[in-house]
Amino acid sequence: MASDRAGTLSLRESLLKNPTLNLLANLTLREIKGQYKKTVLGRVWSLLNPLANIAVYSLVFGILVRAIPPIGTNSGLHSFALWVACGIIPWGFIATGTALGRGALVDNSGLLTKVFFPRFVLPTSTILALASTFLTELAALSLFVGLAGGGPRILLRLPVLIPIVILNTAFVLGLSLILSVGMVYFGDIQHIWGIFLQLWLYASGIVLPLSYVQVAQDHYHFPFVLIFELNPGFQFVEAYRNVLYDFAVPSLTRWLVMLAWGVAALGVGALVFRKFSGRIVEEL
Amino acid sequence: MKSSAVVVSDVSKSFRIYRDRNKSIKATVLKGSRAKYDEFWALKDIDLEIGQGKTFGLLGNNGSGKSTLLKCIAQILEPNKGSIAHVGRMAAMLEVGSGFHPELSGRDNVYLNGAILGMSKAEIDRKFDSIVDFSGVADFIDQPVKNYSSGMYVRLGFAVSIHVEPDILLVDEVLSVGDMAFQEKCTEKFADLRRDGRTVVVVSHAVEQMRSFCDDAAWLLKGKLMGVGPANDVINEYADQAHNVSQHNAPAGSPSDGTGTGEKVHAKGHYGSGEATIDKFELVTNKGGEVQQVRTGDPVTIRMHFTCHETVQKPIFGFHIEHESGFLVWGHNNEQSEWTSPPMNPGKGSVDLVIPSFPLRPGVFRIGGGITTDRNAKTVDAFLRALTFSVGSGEPFESVGVAVMHSHFDNLVQGQ
Repeated sequence: MASDRAGTLSLRESLLKNPTLNLLANLTLREIKGQYKKTVLGRVWSLLNPLANIAVYSLVFGILVRAIPPIGTNSGLHSFALWVACGIIPWGFIATGTALGRGALVDNSGLLTKVFFPRFVLPTSTILALASTFLTELAALSLFVGLAGGGPRILLRLPVLIPIVILNTAFVLGLSLILSVGMVYFGDIQHIWGIFLQLWLYASGIVLPLSYVQVAQDHYHFPFVLIFELNPGFQFVEAYRNVLYDFAVPSLTRWLVMLAWGVAALGVGALVFRKFSGRIVEEL
Repeated sequence: MKSSAVVVSDVSKSFRIYRDRNKSIKATVLKGSRAKYDEFWALKDIDLEIGQGKTFGLLGNNGSGKSTLLKCIAQILEPNKGSIAHVGRMAAMLEVGSGFHPELSGRDNVYLNGAILGMSKAEIDRKFDSIVDFSGVADFIDQPVKNYSSGMYVRLGFAVSIHVEPDILLVDEVLSVGDMAFQEKCTEKFADLRRDGRTVVVVSHAVEQMRSFCDDAAWLLKGKLMGVGPANDVINEYADQAHNVSQHNAPAGSPSDGTGTGEKVHAKGHYGSGEATIDKFELVTNKGGEVQQVRTGDPVTIRMHFTCHETVQKPIFGFHIEHESGFLVWGHNNEQSEWTSPPMNPGKGSVDLVIPSFPLRPGVFRIGGGITTDRNAKTVDAFLRALTFSVGSGEPFESVGVAVMHSHFDNLVQGQ
């Protein structure tokens, strides 16, 4: 036990010996510690925000529109609020992640013009800090789903979340790398991305179940469902719902789609970042 | 020859100056290309080697490209052409306290800033006490830095930066931080760095400070490397040319004399409006005739020979002597004396400055001087480092230094 502890300690120390990793750790901590520093409620805000969204969407779509939520495959859950919650929290990670990530370079121009360090550290630390907030939200959500009728069976499914979160983080990081560099050259991206996120929210099936999209497709003879299936946002959010609402494991296809999106976004993001980050200092 | 710490080979850097700073996607799509821009070459074909363990100064006027070069060496900017190589760990101190988070405590910020500057956690742990001690903000280290005074903020930032202890330290105009006591600490710390054989590259306008601070120097003019070598020579060269530059920068067609501000460059070491020019300086002793060497204690006359081209009202004649190291030993002009000159009339002439007993110890010195008017506001002609001469030992003889003080020992008291 003691030797095990020593082992992890020395691993941690050797990681921190690498200046880039140490910087990444420090900047991530700065984001986490600085985020809610001036607020009375502190980190509780990170839970209150999605809670407010869940309340609004439950009211509008669950009660006024009377949307009928799907029944949880293994869990037997049948609650619009829980169904929306399982979508809105992962969506929040994608939306907030790209929204904060796109400003990671522009907002730190003071640092970039005065000190040299690997530039990818800035968007990466932003996303990692957000990922840690996201994990606490997921933990709170799991607890909530369990208490609200899912029961302790949810615990068995939680490990499945780990690879999903990793792939999702890679996807968000890849997008943020592209957006952050793009923002340096084109300030418009900030506003365009804001509008795009609105659209993307509805195209990812966060607030209306897929059955409604199917109905629209049958009525208009337009392949809405295909568009949803091709949308990485939908795939990631549905994966979280598979685990948290259905207490199931995502299908193999979904795993492969997520893997492809995660690897592609990070790969393209890294290439774009490498190609264009050299000249950003003079453009800032 | 000692190996180089930094090798800059054939580096050029241009900036884009956008005619319409239009960073919108719409404009890009409509015009089919990004906003039109002009290339501005901040650096052109710079070749430079900085020796290991040297303190190296980069000099130049505003806009000469010295800070751009420093940023290229620091890898903050990427050169368009050429390459820069360095040996060992490098840290740049271009702005102190970059990356401080106002809401976090001083302690957290030391770790954060240290990480930004490339230190590992263990390293910061080890140096933490020394950093806090150096900054003098120990009592407030657990307060958020937003509550710090600007002096405390800067001192803490400087303390972190200087504790990076890199092999190569790049510094941009940050030598003048904090109060007197803190400045002394900084100077000491830089001396330590030097003793440890670390390379320091400094950008500064403070030419005289650089003279004592740097071993080697380079000076830049409009992005071109004009000279590189031992600091003293380069600084002299730069100081000479600095007056040229003001001439080049004058708007085309403006009169170069007669307006009071224009200065004409006549020859190396000369500048001024040119109504009269100094031909040479001469050292004359009581034995008569021109000499190149004088002895301590000799009566010496410095004679300025000039040619007057146009009448100069109320001329002021100035003389100065500097040590070969560039240190200004003495200077005097007749504005601060009883003697006043009648107007200078066209023709050749001379004026004497009489020193009854030469008060300098053996060494090599240089004489320079100038003619000014309008109560020193307008330089008619200045001739710097015009005459080099040596001082041989004479009477009185005193042990060391530059000056003799005609001192004597007296009044030993003991056994009380």
